[in-house]
Amino acid sequence: MKPLVVLAAAAEGEPNPLAFHLTEFLLALVVFGILYFLMKTKVVPNFEKTFSERTAAIEGGLQAAESKQAEVDAKMAALEKQLGDARHEAARIREEAREQGAAIVAELRAQGQAEQARIIEAGKAQISAERQQAATSLKAEVGSLATSLAGKIVGESLDDDARSSRVVDRFLADLEAHQQGAN
Amino acid sequence: MSLTSMLIVATEGFTPPGPGDFELPGFFGTSVTKPMLQLVLAAIVVVGFFYLASRRGAMVPGKLQYVGESAYGMVRNSIGRDIIGSHDFMKFVPYLFAIFFFLLLNNLFGSIPGIQFPTFSRASMAYALAALSWIIYNAVGIKKHGALGYLKLQSVPSGVKGPILLLLVPLEFFSNILVRPVTLALRLFANMFAGHILLILFATGGEYMLIHGAALIKPVGVLAWVLAIAISFLELLVQFLQAYVFTLLNAMYIQGALADEH
Repeated sequence: MKPLVVLAAAAEGEPNPLAFHLTEFLLALVVFGILYFLMKTKVVPNFEKTFSERTAAIEGGLQAAESKQAEVDAKMAALEKQLGDARHEAARIREEAREQGAAIVAELRAQGQAEQARIIEAGKAQISAERQQAATSLKAEVGSLATSLAGKIVGESLDDDARSSRVVDRFLADLEAHQQGAN
Repeated sequence: MSLTSMLIVATEGFTPPGPGDFELPGFFGTSVTKPMLQLVLAAIVVVGFFYLASRRGAMVPGKLQYVGESAYGMVRNSIGRDIIGSHDFMKFVPYLFAIFFFLLLNNLFGSIPGIQFPTFSRASMAYALAALSWIIYNAVGIKKHGALGYLKLQSVPSGVKGPILLLLVPLEFFSNILVRPVTLALRLFANMFAGHILLILFATGGEYMLIHGAALIKPVGVLAWVLAIAISFLELLVQFLQAYVFTLLNAMYIQGALADEH
């Protein structure tokens, strides 16, 4: 209860601390009024602006991060789809290649067999033609050879075995030499 | 105060501090006194500091801006929003913000070396702020509920019926409308006044005992100074608390005037 004590003191000639001084009262109101006005117009809006901008910046950052994440997810999905497509494509190509390879092998085998058959056929035909030719030329020569051999045999004495075999040997050697010269 | 009178008896010739210590002369023969200048200085410093702190408005605040924002945020959120409610509080934030820091600095002037005079130990200045807050909370209530609706809100406690109202209505009116500005003003004024007078008493009393006291009394003078230092720290707390309480009560009165139910 200090004010009461103070009042008592005031009664003894001390100034009354509770006394009303209009100057001080008005001055306090005016100074505070100006302070309030400046705070309201200059300071508080600045702080509020900063606060709301900061909130917006944080929320904006979160949103940006979310949209980036969504974008990344979409890109990932697209890439996975492309990868799947590529795998599918690769499998298809491999399958195709295998089929083509098998077809080529089969074709080559058929070709080879045909070639083989053709070569064999051609060989046979050549052999038979050569044999034909040999037979023909042999037929043509046999007569003259026999005639020439007979003449030689007759020219020599036919009773001597050794002689006659010599004549035959010489004839064959001549024939051989003739053949070598022909070759 | 009984302590004061004991000291007066114990030490003849010692002049105890009294209300006269608060009647400072005007400067250079004018009527401009120290507390008047302090009011102006406090307003300049408060606006200057918060203007500088809020001016840049950087997303990542520097030291000054951080301190300013924390101080503003404390009044805005823990006094304004938490008490008045998030719907209406923004309208009153500039007022609460201005009054809290204006009071805080003016009270701290009581402890700041070179000034050492709490501005609101001048009662008329406390009357001014209390009158202002009385006008504000009543005006807010009348604007929202109408004059009669507001009177009913402040005087008739809800949920009470019957003859007890005869007793309660005058009491509620008295306490909510008439007493509030008086207690607001006196609480602030008396705390500042008493704290300052106590400090003067311990400081001058200690000095008197050291200089004029007998040999055995001199150590008591030193003790008085030690106590004066301790009381100074207590005063710092009181100075902060009074600014806080004044602002808090303002917010609560405004909230009460805006409330739908008593």
